[in-house]
Amino acid sequence: MASISPSIAVEAAVPGVAEIRANVVRRRRWDIVFAVVGFLATSVGVVTLLALFVDLVMDGYHRLTPDFFLSFPSRRAAEAGILSAWVGTCLVMMVTAAIGVPLAVSAGIYLEEYAPRNWVTTLIEINVSNLAAVPSIVYGLLALGLFVYALGFGQSILSAGLTLALMIMPVVVVATREAVRAVPHTIREAAYAVGATRWQATRDHVLPYSIPGIATGVIIGLARAIGETAPLITIGALTFIAYLPDPPISTKPPFVSFDWLWSGFTVLPIQMFNWVSRPGTAFHANAAAAGIVIVVLTLAMNGFAIYLRYRLRKRITW
Amino acid sequence: MKFALFGGAAAGALFASQVAFAAPEVKIDGSSTVYPVTEAVAEEFQKAKKGAVRVTVGISGTGGGFKKFCRGETDISNASRPILAQEMEACKQAGVDYIELPVAFDALAVVVHPQNNWAEVMTVDELKKIWEPAAQGKITNWKQVRPDWPDAKLSLYGAGADSGTFDYFTEAVVGKAKSSRGDYTASEDDNILVQGVSGDKFALGFFGFAYVHENPGKVKTVKIVNPKTGKPVEPSMEHVIDGSYQPLSRPLFIYVNRKAAERPEVAEFVEFYLVNGASLAREVGYTPLPDAAYKAAWARFQERKTGTVFGGVPEVGVQIMELLQRELKS
Repeated sequence: MASISPSIAVEAAVPGVAEIRANVVRRRRWDIVFAVVGFLATSVGVVTLLALFVDLVMDGYHRLTPDFFLSFPSRRAAEAGILSAWVGTCLVMMVTAAIGVPLAVSAGIYLEEYAPRNWVTTLIEINVSNLAAVPSIVYGLLALGLFVYALGFGQSILSAGLTLALMIMPVVVVATREAVRAVPHTIREAAYAVGATRWQATRDHVLPYSIPGIATGVIIGLARAIGETAPLITIGALTFIAYLPDPPISTKPPFVSFDWLWSGFTVLPIQMFNWVSRPGTAFHANAAAAGIVIVVLTLAMNGFAIYLRYRLRKRITW
Repeated sequence: MKFALFGGAAAGALFASQVAFAAPEVKIDGSSTVYPVTEAVAEEFQKAKKGAVRVTVGISGTGGGFKKFCRGETDISNASRPILAQEMEACKQAGVDYIELPVAFDALAVVVHPQNNWAEVMTVDELKKIWEPAAQGKITNWKQVRPDWPDAKLSLYGAGADSGTFDYFTEAVVGKAKSSRGDYTASEDDNILVQGVSGDKFALGFFGFAYVHENPGKVKTVKIVNPKTGKPVEPSMEHVIDGSYQPLSRPLFIYVNRKAAERPEVAEFVEFYLVNGASLAREVGYTPLPDAAYKAAWARFQERKTGTVFGGVPEVGVQIMELLQRELKS
């Protein structure tokens, strides 16, 4: 600053330049103001997450022993664990992914590649976007009537997986469409030019190129589903369950069993919620430990999505 | 891989409408207030049976639990209040008979800050004056409750409107369930209320007994004048058991499906509940019934006497032994 000050006197003699300079300074100031505000706004999110996580870790880390993962719920806080909860969460997520992802990806590709541009398609698109904003409990009520009673699936892992599959569908549909739309048109045209059908162009070109984007959507959807409590309580998730569903794979023929789909279940957030509301700090430590597991799972899934996107993008060479 | 799984799931759905489990199962759902007791019993029962019987417990709330129970989906329903008239009707239409068994007491404590040296004793009328809907925005000072109490702002902490605790407190104090002033700090989580009261010298709050025991020194309990005897009663387990701590204590129930009770695993579970209920209830911070009450309940179960003694109308201030001797209606 000091070095340029002598020149100011010279320039001050020319009114036009001084005015411009002042103008620039004023505008620069706003630039800095916004940068600071923006930084603070961003920090709020990061700091909050960090503070919450640190708080959880302080309360719960001492409970994160192998026993905690291998024990069933108990009235004694020190003996209680999350075995049935994490197994339940994993099984429900498996059903959710196995059913929600193919449906949502197909729907997304259809809407983007096949559907004619008319009012029906527009209506469907608006509906899909709106579904993403529907409160999760509404999905629970729908599922209670449809899956639990009308289709007779009962209060089972299957009903829960289907419910969450419905819930993540809009997110995955939107992500799929974005990803498919990002594939340049020239790729499709090149495929058509050599005589490929629309399905061939989609399968061999559009889909492989859009997988990074789709995978991100899928994992964000699953990360949202993993923390859901309300719709699962609505369809009758249990809280105390001290046995595991029948294993999907056995040593006896036919080796694969789907009995677990019909089993009752509980999931991590429900177990955590139950512990939070109990008297006694020992249960709160359990809740915090279960919270750490959920947060780490969610972060790990998001991290995996980023990694996947990075890896798969590198493979695309056009 | 995923498509194969999807296909498999669809095939599974076609072939197995409802696969029977190898191990017999006892299905329980209902009140979250009764949950800790039933959870403890289920845990011990499964241990005693070495995993040969599966017990599951859900928390849909008393009302949600009865809905499932009257559709015949559960074997036992946890209830923090007696079955209501419309629920009796639903059960009757579905052909579900039930055996009503009290299993423990739930008691609410009125609490103040440990340094509060004026509110030693309160009457139900004073509580009503504070909590009734008409008090909203009007009763805001301790002096307004009793003239010789300090001229200081009265800060209130209580259960949120979705909890059974709220229903019960309003029923017992105001005289009508869910009827309360709205301008108080409400939380479904009693731990939040403990923190609130312990950090505010002029606070008054109410929550379950167990939370007082778990937080010694943080809050002080208020003696409540029993409206029948006119004597102030210290909130304690023994006063709940002898029936003098009224109207803020109530029995908790399990309702057993009469047909399900034919199954040996359900009958054994109920027996286990009534034999070990006292010690397990105490362990999870609840007040057990007097021994005679468990014996009377066991006799009622053995004779498979169905129906309710309340006739569909909840009551405040009932004596447990008198309840067990009343005539059952269905």
